[in-house]
Amino acid sequence: MNDKKKDAISADVALEPYWEAARAGRLLLKKCTDCGKAHYYPRPLCPFCMSANTEWLQASGHGSIYSWSVERRGTPPYAIAFVSLPEGPTLLTNIVDCDLDALAIGQKVQLAFETRDELPVPVFRPA
Amino acid sequence: MSIKGKAFIAGIYEHPTRKAEGIPIAQLHAEVAKGALEDAGLGLRDVDAYYCAGDAPGLGGLSMADYMGLDVRHSDTTETGGSSYILHVNHAAAAIAAGKCKVALITLAGKPRTGGAPPGRPPMAVQPPDLPFEAPFKPTVLNIYAMVARRHMHDHGTTPEQLAWIKVAASHHAQHNPHAMLRDVVTVEDVVNSPVVADPLHRLDCCVVSDGGGAVVVVAPEIAAQLKRPKVSVMGAGEAIKHMAGGQVDLSYSAGQWSAAAAFAEAGIKPADIKYASLYDSFTITVLMQLEDIGFCARGQGGRFVADGGLISGVGKLPFNTDGGGLCNNHPGNRGGMTKILEAVRQLRGEAHAAVQVKNCDLALAHGTGGYLGTRHGSGTLIMERM
Repeated sequence: MNDKKKDAISADVALEPYWEAARAGRLLLKKCTDCGKAHYYPRPLCPFCMSANTEWLQASGHGSIYSWSVERRGTPPYAIAFVSLPEGPTLLTNIVDCDLDALAIGQKVQLAFETRDELPVPVFRPA
Repeated sequence: MSIKGKAFIAGIYEHPTRKAEGIPIAQLHAEVAKGALEDAGLGLRDVDAYYCAGDAPGLGGLSMADYMGLDVRHSDTTETGGSSYILHVNHAAAAIAAGKCKVALITLAGKPRTGGAPPGRPPMAVQPPDLPFEAPFKPTVLNIYAMVARRHMHDHGTTPEQLAWIKVAASHHAQHNPHAMLRDVVTVEDVVNSPVVADPLHRLDCCVVSDGGGAVVVVAPEIAAQLKRPKVSVMGAGEAIKHMAGGQVDLSYSAGQWSAAAAFAEAGIKPADIKYASLYDSFTITVLMQLEDIGFCARGQGGRFVADGGLISGVGKLPFNTDGGGLCNNHPGNRGGMTKILEAVRQLRGEAHAAVQVKNCDLALAHGTGGYLGTRHGSGTLIMERM
């Protein structure tokens, strides 16, 4: 990761609980206590109603593939996907430890964490 | 206030280069500006407004006004990626209707082939807030658009062969354009047999990468009345942004359904009235989504609409991108919105290539999707009429 990217992350105090949880293998979403909706990526102000009353919500780790693609020109090729969580949000992620030719919309997947450029990031593997 | 009939497209120009070795981006901007002003019959001193997007060097409008020697009383640097220039026409027309300016110049130039800017990305001095939540997963323009195609196939049974017809139609048109990068007519088999780059998109589902640029001059009615070129009136325009919605991702439509609805409402016409459409064609799926969003066909029917030459001029229901589009002609600076306007204006003027010219083309549409169809993008729709 370039220094600029690192600076941007370390300068965001609102995200400290997120990264701390991620390092422990837990995915945190944000939930608004006013409108009740969960959102991701996490923000201090709810993107549905702009309320400042948002709290952390730990994802169950379950998900299903909403859409996917395999970047065949990647070295090596990799699967990118939108995964829908039962908590509400759909997030952009990778499907790992999988058969790249056997992915399907609706497929159940399970949360895992990988370290990318020193950052713990949520990925999913077939459940 | 409506812009309907209150502004005219008086000048257009497309840079003939597809590979601008040794020519800086600022010079390309100036060359297309000169071309469009000459086409209109106007000069440098007539310009009182200038519009550009993230492809302009340095401080954008400031740097380019300085380089070209413009005297600017109104400016706009709206950035929605490749669709920006369609939004600029909307903004220029609104500014003209409000009396803020009379002659607005809009320019685009870029050179992703020979260096100068990373493909498809505006300079970002401040990193976007989504960066640590998306960049680690290596999203590319290709795989993000591919996921929209995947979803469309799942929801509606759309096939790779149907998508391929969009490239086939573009290639039928490009064969008549001496400047087009890909002039060979291709078949559905050629497309689906080309390598898969990001499932389900093949290499030939993608647009070309080219250097170049283009410019448009938008003028007030009293200026247009003094000029000799055929009169092309701005009848309606709309724009919209669609994004990840806090995680409520829905790939089944684009912001085009909002921008098109606004443009048609302003113009007071319906999609069936359009004789020719320039549709953003970064990928075949981009065209398919826009056909449905704009209302040229029902949701889910895009595949059937484009099959069997549905988009080929003189053959199908809706002639599109008769210059060969981004799929075959050019995609200057990885931003196709400008060239969409240019070919629509040529059609309205009756100046498209004879082999692809639409008969009695009095109403045309130019539509763009800028940014990333599957994550965040800005759509612009422009409806123009030959007076």
